[in-house]
Parts: sequence; structure tokens; C-alpha cells
Amino acid sequence: MENQVISVKNLVKKFGSFVANDNLNFEVFGGEIFGFLGANGAGKTTAIRILSGLSKPTSGEVNVAGFDAYRQTEQIKKNIGYMCQKFSLYEDLTVKENIILYGGIYSMSKSLIKERLTEMLVKLRFQEYENRIISDLPLGLRQKLAFSVAVLHEPKIVFLDEPTGGVDPITRRQFWEMIYETAERGITVFVTTHYMDEAEYCDRISIMSDGKIVALDTPENLKKQYNATSVEEVFIKIARPVID
Amino acid sequence: MMALLSRGCRVKQSSQESTTDQMQIAIESSGISKNFGTTKALNDISFSVNESEVFGFIGPDGAGKTTLFRIITTLLLPDEGEIRVLGMDCTFDYKELRKNIGYMPGRFSLYQDLSVEENLNFYATVFGTTVEKNYDLISDIYSHIEPFKKRLAGKLSGGMKQKLALSCALIHKPKLLVLDEPTTGVDAVSRSEFWDMLRKLRQHNITIIVSTPYMDEAMRCDRVALIQDGRILTIDAPQKIRDGFSKKLFTVKSVEKYKLLNTLRKYPGTITAYPFGDSVHVTFINDTVDSSLFNFLKNGGIGDVVVQEVEAGIEDRFLELMNKAE
Repeated sequence: MENQVISVKNLVKKFGSFVANDNLNFEVFGGEIFGFLGANGAGKTTAIRILSGLSKPTSGEVNVAGFDAYRQTEQIKKNIGYMCQKFSLYEDLTVKENIILYGGIYSMSKSLIKERLTEMLVKLRFQEYENRIISDLPLGLRQKLAFSVAVLHEPKIVFLDEPTGGVDPITRRQFWEMIYETAERGITVFVTTHYMDEAEYCDRISIMSDGKIVALDTPENLKKQYNATSVEEVFIKIARPVID
Repeated sequence: MMALLSRGCRVKQSSQESTTDQMQIAIESSGISKNFGTTKALNDISFSVNESEVFGFIGPDGAGKTTLFRIITTLLLPDEGEIRVLGMDCTFDYKELRKNIGYMPGRFSLYQDLSVEENLNFYATVFGTTVEKNYDLISDIYSHIEPFKKRLAGKLSGGMKQKLALSCALIHKPKLLVLDEPTTGVDAVSRSEFWDMLRKLRQHNITIIVSTPYMDEAMRCDRVALIQDGRILTIDAPQKIRDGFSKKLFTVKSVEKYKLLNTLRKYPGTITAYPFGDSVHVTFINDTVDSSLFNFLKNGGIGDVVVQEVEAGIEDRFLELMNKAE
């Protein structure tokens, strides 16, 4: 068996009588790009919060990066990276200050932070921005930087929650190339998106509807199974939006 | 300023087709610029929208879409340029103009602590009308949320908020409907339903302008303007924009996507190579694919390559225009 970095068995999460996650079962492997899709309100965010150690399951077995989602949430947090569209970097700090801050949070040594900072600025061709305040940077640059910061501590898994919302088509592609490159280094990428063409970049995708996973396979196999020419078509066929 | 504006009306834009002469113009703008400090939010924007048209502004965040919509809705004055909406001047006729515009801002802006029906009644009253009088216009949309009419607007799901906001923007039977990113962050199923609703509104002869960062939604509009960094890259019917792609476009597929992309970029005959879903979209200098490409890929360790010529999409053209603009 390949190396599992996420293992979810019979995961249930309830809020009062509302079942947000209804018996989820899936595994994600090392270095995989895993697309986590679903209509608004299908329960994606709830599941991601559990997988990143921010919320505990009601029942079921969940193991992330080798740690248990009930008892070892702090170890989970140390071994994952997280980035979302809405908040990722401190806007009133400079590029350099953000990197030092995040490196510190992940208990990285000063010399390692410095090394990664230099590496990252060169790779992103960001040298001139080192001392610029984040809020002065264009959105595209910010998103690329936020992603680099999310993998600064070389986590086993990085969670990306709609990372490319609203960015221009060139930057969106550069972003996905960074994702490919990260996965090649062995870091698992767990990503949500509303761009259905982006789902096709993933090695495997799952589609959630109404708290359940209703499909899980490679984009290629899902298209065959549902006799569709694109993931968007598959999605529209099986992901019903929540009416209430 | 008055003199300038009246002169602006007579100026015919070269990009206009002869057919638009017979049509009524809903929005006519030329040379609009707007700065915020040193940021050029809009830079020399000229366009016209015909009556009853669904006109899309397609572009990423920060392109200037919201600024432009705030100017069209008389909430902001341009620094330079001229604009007339529904035959009225945005500066001097703003009171009359506002009665005829329905505006749905990007951020949900209804009263969260009022119920669904209270919000709708409130908007109807502000515009001096009643819900009953214009119900036929919103019935298709409002019927989805009517079962929840006693619920507070703040407690609605995203999709329902969107339907309520659209109902409120329509309740005074506006001639022009302005929708700022109504589908951002909305899943593919709900987005598709939303566009179906807009289509149905056409039978009521309402002009609709809508902005979106999703390139695929361009195909749902009669005409679109592609917008980036405060400038309009092009304006046309979506199919014509696709036809404007200057090279032959090929999709190249292989199992090893990332390696394929990097190898294609190294191939001497490649002009551009961009990842597009499960394939790479490539243009070649000589517009053809020959054995040297397959040999090059094979030497790079990539087998089972499938190459096909395809029609360029809106996003391909957007990328091409972005590269030209740089």
C-alpha cells in the first residue's frame, strides 16, 4: 500500500441535530494532489477543520500525518500548512516580517528561516519586494507568497481553500505550477476550488453533496463513469446545491 | 463640462458595428479614467451597451470592475471621460437615473436583521412601488425563497441570499440591472442556475451588465469586455473573441502533466504552453505539429502523447491579450 497521509473512516460530525459530515470514508496519499469539491454548504469546510485539527469529529476514525484527530490535534497542526483566499498573510507586515513570523510560529531555527527566505525570494523573483508591506502587493503576488509561506516548514500536507479565487488567468496557472512542484517534492496538496477546470489538474477528486462523498476517483475515471466531457459536467450531474 | 458631455454624445466609436445604429444605446462611455491616489483604477475606458443586452465585464480582482460599476450607478464620479446611462448624464441626472437602475453589489448589502419579505417590501417602498405591482418580474426567482419569507436575511444560505438580493434589485422594475460579481464563490451548479435566471429576465427588456472573474461565464453573455489592470483588452461577442485568437491552438496530453508542461516549454518550436485542466494548451511558431515534437518529448521521457488541434476559448484569448499588453 502507498503511504497514506490522511485516513478517514466513518467520519461523522454533527452540530446539534444537523449532520454536517455524514459517514465520510477516504484516504489521501503522499505527494498526491487531491481535489475536495462540493456545492456551497455540502460540508467541505467542516471536514477541512477536522483534518487540520481545529475541530473534533463526533465519531469515526481520522488520522492526519500519522496523528489522531481526537487526541493529537497540536501535532497535526505542526505537520500541516494552510492557506485560504480570505486570510493568509498579515497585511501590515512586510514580506520578510511575515516569513519570520510564520517561521517562528513553526519553531524553525533562525538560520533555517533565513535560508528559506532567500530561497523563496529568488524562486518567486521577489527580491525587490522583501521589505514591502503585504497590502501594497497585487493580489496575484500575494497569493503566490501565501502559498510559499504555507509550505515554509515543509509540512506533510498543505490545505488550500479556494486559493485562486479572483486571480488573473496567468497567475492562476503559475499558482498551479507551484502546486505541481510542491507535490513533486512529496508534499500532499489538499485543495478546494470552484473552478471546475482546476479540478482536472488534480490526481484524484472527491465530490461532496449534502454531507456525503458522492464520488471519488481520478478526473478521467469520473468523466468516463458519468459519460461526461468535463469535470464540470460530472459536478452538475451529481452535486445538488443545498436548497435550505 | 456640460459642453464636453453633449459633444461626447455625437462621437461615434469606430469599434461599433453598423447594426448598433438602429439599436437603442443603454450605456455610452468614452475615455473614462479614475485614480485612487497613485493607483490607476480605470484607464481610458470606452464602451457602449445596447438596450436589452446581457453585457459582461470579465476580469480578475483588481481589474477595475467594481469601480466602473460604481461610476455607472452614479455612486462615484470619474476623473476623466464621459458617460451617459439610459440617455441621462451620470453627474447631473443622477436622481432620475437612480430610479431606473437596479444594483446588486458584490458584497451582500441587504438588511440582515430584517426578514426576507421585510427586505423586499422595504426596497419596493423606497422606490415608490409595491411588491404586488411588479411581482411577475421576480416570481421566477422569488418563488424559490418565498417559503422562507419570515426568516431573517442574515440567516439565509449563500444561494438564497443571492436570490433575495436579485429580487430586491428588480422590484422597482429597473431598465438597467447592474450585477457586480453575483457568482463569485458560488459553486458550479448554482452559478449555472443563476445564469439561467438572467436569461429569463431578457424577455422583460431589461439591460443587464454583469461582472465576473470566471472566464467560462463569458459564453452566457451577448457581448463581453475583457478587462485587466484598469484597461479594456477587447470588446465583442464571446464567439468572436474566441475567433480572434491569432495562432492555431493545440492540446497536448500525457499522464505526466507537470513534466509534459516543462518539456513543452523547452521545445524550440513552442511559443506558449499553459496548463489547462488535464492537458497543456500550446501554440507553435509554425502552427503545425510534426515528428520533431514527438521525438523531443520522447527524448524527454514522455510517452503516450496525444495532440489535437482545438478551438481557442475565452481564457486562451485572455491570456494572449494579457501577454500582448505587457
